[in-house]
Formats: sequence, structure tokens, C-alpha cells
Amino acid sequence: MLTLASRNVRATGFPGDRRSVVARLRQGNSEPVELGSGELLLATSETAVLPGQPVLILERDQAAVAPRTIGPAVIAPDAFEYLQDGDVVSIGLVRPGLRTLYRRSSPHNSFLLTERCNHYCLMCSQPPKDINDDWLVDEILEAIPLIAKETGEIGFTGGEPTLLGDRLLRLVSDMKAHLPNTALHILSNGRRFNDAGFAGAYAAIQHPDVMLGIPIYSSVSQVHDYVVQSDGAFDETVRGILNLKAYGQRVEIRVVIHRQNYRDLPMLANFIARNLTFVDHVALMGLEMTGFAKANIETLWIDPANYREELREAASLLDDHGLRTSIYNHQLCTVDRAVWPLAVRSISDWKNEYEPECEGCAVRDRCGGFFATGRLRRSNHIRAIETETH
Amino acid sequence: MRWRSPEPAFREVSKFQSLADYDSALDGQYQLLPFKFTPLDAERYVLTNMVGEYAIVGRDVAHALARHTLLPTHPDYARLKSRHFLKDADSHVAVDLLALKTRTRYSRLANFTGLHIFVVSLRCEHSCPYCQVSRQSDDRVAFDMSLDTASKALDLVFRSPSPALKIEFQGGEPLLNFPLIKKTVEAAEERNKVAQRDLQFVITTNLALLSDEVLEFCKAHQIQISTSLDGPADLHNKNRPRPGRDSYERTIEGITRVREALGANAISALMTTTRASLDRVREIVDEYLRQGFQHIFFRSLSPYGFAIKTKTYTAYDTSEWLAFYFEGLDYIIELNRQGQPFTETYAATILTKMLTPFDTGYVDLTSPAGIGIGGVVYNYDGDVHVSDESRMLAEMGDKTFCMGNVHHHSYEDLFLSDALLAPLEESFLASAPMCSDCAFEPYCGADPVYHYATTGDFVGRKPTSGFCEKNMAIFKGLIQRMEGDVFTRSLFRRWAAR
Repeated sequence: MLTLASRNVRATGFPGDRRSVVARLRQGNSEPVELGSGELLLATSETAVLPGQPVLILERDQAAVAPRTIGPAVIAPDAFEYLQDGDVVSIGLVRPGLRTLYRRSSPHNSFLLTERCNHYCLMCSQPPKDINDDWLVDEILEAIPLIAKETGEIGFTGGEPTLLGDRLLRLVSDMKAHLPNTALHILSNGRRFNDAGFAGAYAAIQHPDVMLGIPIYSSVSQVHDYVVQSDGAFDETVRGILNLKAYGQRVEIRVVIHRQNYRDLPMLANFIARNLTFVDHVALMGLEMTGFAKANIETLWIDPANYREELREAASLLDDHGLRTSIYNHQLCTVDRAVWPLAVRSISDWKNEYEPECEGCAVRDRCGGFFATGRLRRSNHIRAIETETH
Repeated sequence: MRWRSPEPAFREVSKFQSLADYDSALDGQYQLLPFKFTPLDAERYVLTNMVGEYAIVGRDVAHALARHTLLPTHPDYARLKSRHFLKDADSHVAVDLLALKTRTRYSRLANFTGLHIFVVSLRCEHSCPYCQVSRQSDDRVAFDMSLDTASKALDLVFRSPSPALKIEFQGGEPLLNFPLIKKTVEAAEERNKVAQRDLQFVITTNLALLSDEVLEFCKAHQIQISTSLDGPADLHNKNRPRPGRDSYERTIEGITRVREALGANAISALMTTTRASLDRVREIVDEYLRQGFQHIFFRSLSPYGFAIKTKTYTAYDTSEWLAFYFEGLDYIIELNRQGQPFTETYAATILTKMLTPFDTGYVDLTSPAGIGIGGVVYNYDGDVHVSDESRMLAEMGDKTFCMGNVHHHSYEDLFLSDALLAPLEESFLASAPMCSDCAFEPYCGADPVYHYATTGDFVGRKPTSGFCEKNMAIFKGLIQRMEGDVFTRSLFRRWAAR
């Protein structure tokens, strides 16, 4: 896995009145490079550095480069060697630190907007914190203009982004203004859109390519509310989706499958086909063994091979009804072949790993693989598939 | 790329509350949402809610549900709650969703009449014994629609508020009056420059008189073709006699020419079941496949007292037709199972009502009835009829369903006439005896013309109604096939959503 954040960083020569600086990296070379506003030179021992240019140097190059710089400098651990031209980083000044906000070469860039949340999901991979983290949005607002215009997709995650209210709307507007060709995907529990005024304000931005990913874990209100640990969540989320669709907004329903809801999957699929048939996508997702899922492992874990039948029925029901349907985060050997065409390689590149059993598998290049975080539990039915067809 | 914060210290697992903490309905109190029920077999009931969602439950569960003694822990409780048969104190969104689905089901009513049938000639060179209206005649004045009549009918077409208007040219054989079709299409397109509707045209023809001139015109104006194909050559020619006994050959040749000129999907075919068809359903399906069609609509003869006029074509009863229908349906399911996609359209129409929030608006299976408000017929003589069957009734001398005449009545006169409103109101299923209690009411239709023709009454007597017998059997037959087999369930869902 890539190191995306470190406190083991020294930053010198930056203005002292700021908490942090957000910068886009420019690859240096033997000829001097003119830096634009908000840019930082990625310097190695061969790099020409003009006087006063801010630089980012890996520790291993520190001895060769540092004496030649007189401007602001960040010295980062060697683990950041993956950084490239066009990447965007945040440099902590009050508390020294370096965080990679955006990697130009990755198709999986996403921003954590807040760690606050009004849910407390049993399997949350990003456990919420009740803190003031407004600075996160400040940084993202600075980062958006620095992101490459050709970027295919950016994700917004949380916490619950809609808790930001107007500031979320500002972020979506800025994305539209600076990155009009970049698809925006926002993970939200959807409850705030229960307020038709908020749904309307969101729609009024008219972002050309935005999708809201909203979870529904069960069509039985009690079960959904229990999974998200919040009473009344089901009704507000469903009403939120209805409001969003009334305003013509794109919505994806995301279902994480675990022991508490796997039996009800076909029932949930039927509920979606009947009541929310206008949604744009349904994602049926395997459980990631991280965050709260680790603490609740006995409550949540079920071998995916043991819900093979429920997943097949739910996925084929949605597909039959013409709803765009995907199966995420599953190993193909645990999924009924009938719905393989719906299975997607969804695990982010930096999280995906395979097992020894996968050696020689005929469908490995189509397989979802494993979360690198998933070592805690894995299916007992992992095996190499011999032929791609029956 | 998500920045991940340092792993937070986990809160105590006990911070998570139990399922019971989020269940506001553990007291077992629930309200019933509107539903109806009918036995499916000796052990099971079909329950349907007000928007046509169904659930199959055991007799004991149906009883417990109705007596408010179904326990929240019973596995069927969650299913019935999720499908909006009951609501409890834990969630209040069910009523809003039911309202939304009800609006969706009836949304087509606000559009009013979308289908406008022009009978441009009663003349036909075929002499099909199951046809009640055609004439073998050269008398154009007596049996062809005049330009004046077509123009007045067109005025009425554009009075309909429907955003989509389909004008269908019928007969007789409409190509015998092709000059009028041309003028009507051109006039409609001219008006539509201002009216801006989604305007479509269909010609229903036996194809025997198809010419290059007709094809060129259809291509230029994107006109769809609908034809008749009753099955293999001998059956088709027996059902559909014409001079030269070559109806089949001319139809097949015509289908090929239409596809070449207008594209593969520009033509569709309808079949009529006669006594001679009854034991040949597989051959009929095979013929449709051979001719490259992707679906078939098994249609029964309208079993009106006057429908069958020659001894060769004695009628069949509903049970014989149902045996034909289900043999054909099961054959089609098997074809699909073997990888040959093919759809039975009548089943698909019903399945859309059963499995989706939508309604296809097929006129025989709607309530309020589709007469007049789904489709309307402008006859060659200017009379306006509520449906194709009602103009046949008029040909037999009974003008009960004649709304008036384009030359003598305004749009308001016609569409507020008792000939339309009385049967619409009286036949509405939600208030019709027996229908109002029937679990299959959400799937069924009012069809006042059928019931008037068979009983002299818009509502009819359901226990002796062939319409009721036929459709009840099909509703149950479809549910049994879906419940019994995973492949069929998936296939039917695809038919429903097509």
C-alpha cells in the first residue's frame, strides 16, 4: 500500500501564518522549470533549482539537493517516491506533515470532506469522529483548481458530506467551474435531501456529471436503522432519494452485504425495482474488513459463498428489470456464474491483492480480488477457476 | 485518493445498540394497507396490494395477517411490510410510496386518447370468416372514407391532449384507399408542425396489395406496418381465403419487402386463433420464428354471438383456448431456456402490471376501460366508435357504443357522450361486483364492450364471463410458473420490463 500521509516531514521556509499549504507538484529536470502559482518543484539530485523556488525532496536526495535551495523546502520520507508531476499535496506547517490529496495517474482519487457523521454504521470503514474538521474543506477548495483538467473522476467521501450544508454545495459548484469534464461521485447517506429545499439547491448547481451514492441496507426499516445505528434513517433516506429523482438528479444505491442483511437481499432488490426503479445504478458490495467491521466481526461476517443464492437472485432481479447493476468487491469463485457479467473489478488499485489459491485462475484478470485490509477474514471457498465458461 | 486518518481508537463494542433498540414495532401492532386476496391452490393465497404487488403466503399467514396476529418475528412479516401490505410504527414512508406508485400506474389517464384508428375502407379482397366487417365490393362511394371525413377526424385527433399520437389506418384493407392515407399523413404532418406532438403512423394491412409506391411513401414518412400471420401456409390460407388462395405467400413476400425497404423492426404481425389453430400452437410459434419475429400475441377470437358466421369455423370455448395458450406459453419458455429469445406479448403485458410500477395501457386490460380514452375509431362513414369491437357491434346493427359522427358532433359532444361515459363509469373494476374484491383486479380490465355484447350489460356477470375465466386462469398460470421455476421468474421479469 502507498503511504499517503506522514508526520515524519520537515517543512522550512514557508509563510508562518498558515496551518497548511496546498500545492501541485512539477517534475524538475536538468533545465530550470518556471513554477506557476501554487506549484512546488519535485527535485532530485539532477534537478536544476532556481533561487527561491519551493521544492519537495525525498530524504534520500536531501544531502544532494538541500544545499542548492534557498527557498521553501519539504523533506519527505522515501515512501513518497511515487509522487509525480501534476499530483497535489498538502503540507502541514503548524504540525509538520505531508498528505497526498490527488494522484494524477490514479483513476481512484477521492477527497474526505469531513469525519463527522450522523450515522454510526456497524461496518463503517471510516469511523466517524465528532470534531471540527472544517480545515479539510478549506484544503479541498484550494486543491480543486490545481487538479488536472483531464481527470476522469473525483470522489467525495466522509463522514457525511451533507453535514457540511452550504459548503458541500460550494465544493460541487467549484468542481463544476474548475473541472467541468470530470465526473463527480459523492458518497452520502442521503438523509439531508429529505429536505426538498436542500435537494433543490443541490440540483440548481447543474453539475454536468455528478452521481450520489446512497446506501440502503434493507427494505425493512428496522434493519436499515440498526445497521446505520440511527432511528428514522430509512424513511429519511428513501424520501431523500425520491426528492433527488424528482429534481432529475442521478442516484446510485449502494448495498454492503453482511450477516445482518444478506437474507433480505432479494426482498431489497424487489423493493428497489418497485419503488425506486428510476435510480441510475445499484451496487451490491462485499464487506471491507476494516474500521468498525473489525470490531463487529462476529455480527457482520458471512462467507460470501454462503449468500451466493441470495446475491444471484437479487442481482438478476435488478438486471432483469433493466436497472444498471454491479457486484463490487467479490471474488468470482464465490459468485454464481449467472451474474458474473455484473461483477466489476472495483477495489482501488492500492487496496487490491490476491491469494496463493488464485494462482492459475482463468478469470483472475476479471476478478474483484481482495481488499489488502481483508486479511482478518476471507471466504473458505477461494479457488482457481479452471475455465472462463461452463 | 483518500487520505486515511490514523486508525481511531475503537469505541467499545457496547456503544453499538441492538436491533431491538431500533425497532419501534416490537409490540406487534400494525396497520393493514389496502389489499385483496384469492386462493391460489389448496394451501396458498395470492395477496395483491393496491398497486399490484403480489405476495404468495400460506393460508395460516393470510389469516394471521388479517386478524392482526402476525408476529414481527415471522419471516413473512418483513416481506409483507417491504411489499406494502402492512405498516407499523417503525416506518411511515410506505403510504407515500404507495401514493407515488398509484400516480405512476394511472399517469397515462391524464394523457387521454393516444391511439386514433382510421377505417379508410371497408372493402377487402380477403374473405376471412372471422372478420365481421369487410365487404367484397367495388363501390368506393359506399365503403371508402372520404377526404372530408378524414379531415374532420384529424381535427379531433389533434384535440386530444396526448403528447403522443398514433394514427392507425385500418380496414377492410386500407391499401385499397391508399390515396386517402397519403393525404391524411401529409395533412397530419402539416398540422403537427404547429402541434409538435410525438406523431406516429401505422398501416394495418394484409400486404397482398403492397406496391413500391406504398413502400416509398412509408419510408419517407416513417410509417410502421402491422400485418396478419396466422401460422404455417396451410393454416394461414385456410383462415384467410382470397382469390388465388395465396394469402400466405403474399404475406411472406410482403414482410420481406417491408423489411428490406423500411428496416427489420418496421413490421409486426398479429395472429388470430381459430378452431383449426388449436392443436398447432408450436407450429405457429415456429412460423413466427422462421419469419424473424421476436414475439407473438396469442389472440382469441372475440367470442361474440355474431363472430363466427360459417360452419367451417365453429367456435371453441374458453377452456380449449386456455389449453392452446398455455401449451404455446410453455413452448416459448422452453425455447428461451434453450437460448432462443422469444416473447409472448399478452403475458408480457400482464407481467408488466404484476412486476413493475408501470401499466402498458393495453386497452382490453385497463380500468377505467380503455374505450375512447385509450383509443378511438373513426369509421369510414364518419361514425366515431369507442373501440374496434364496438364498430363491429355497430355493423351488426347495435350502435350503443357509437359516440356520434365527425360531421355532426364536436369533440366535446363525442367525448362527453353517454355512449362513452356510461360504460366507462359503470364498468370501473374497483366498483364492479366481484371485481372489487378480486385479488387480480390490479391486473385486469373492464372491457364493457365484451360484457355488453355477451350479456347486454356493461358490467356483466363475472361467474359466467368468458373474459373473467380466461384472464383469471392466465393470472394464476403466470404466477404459478414464476413461483415454480427460477429461469421462468427471471424470463418473466425481463418480459415485464421490456
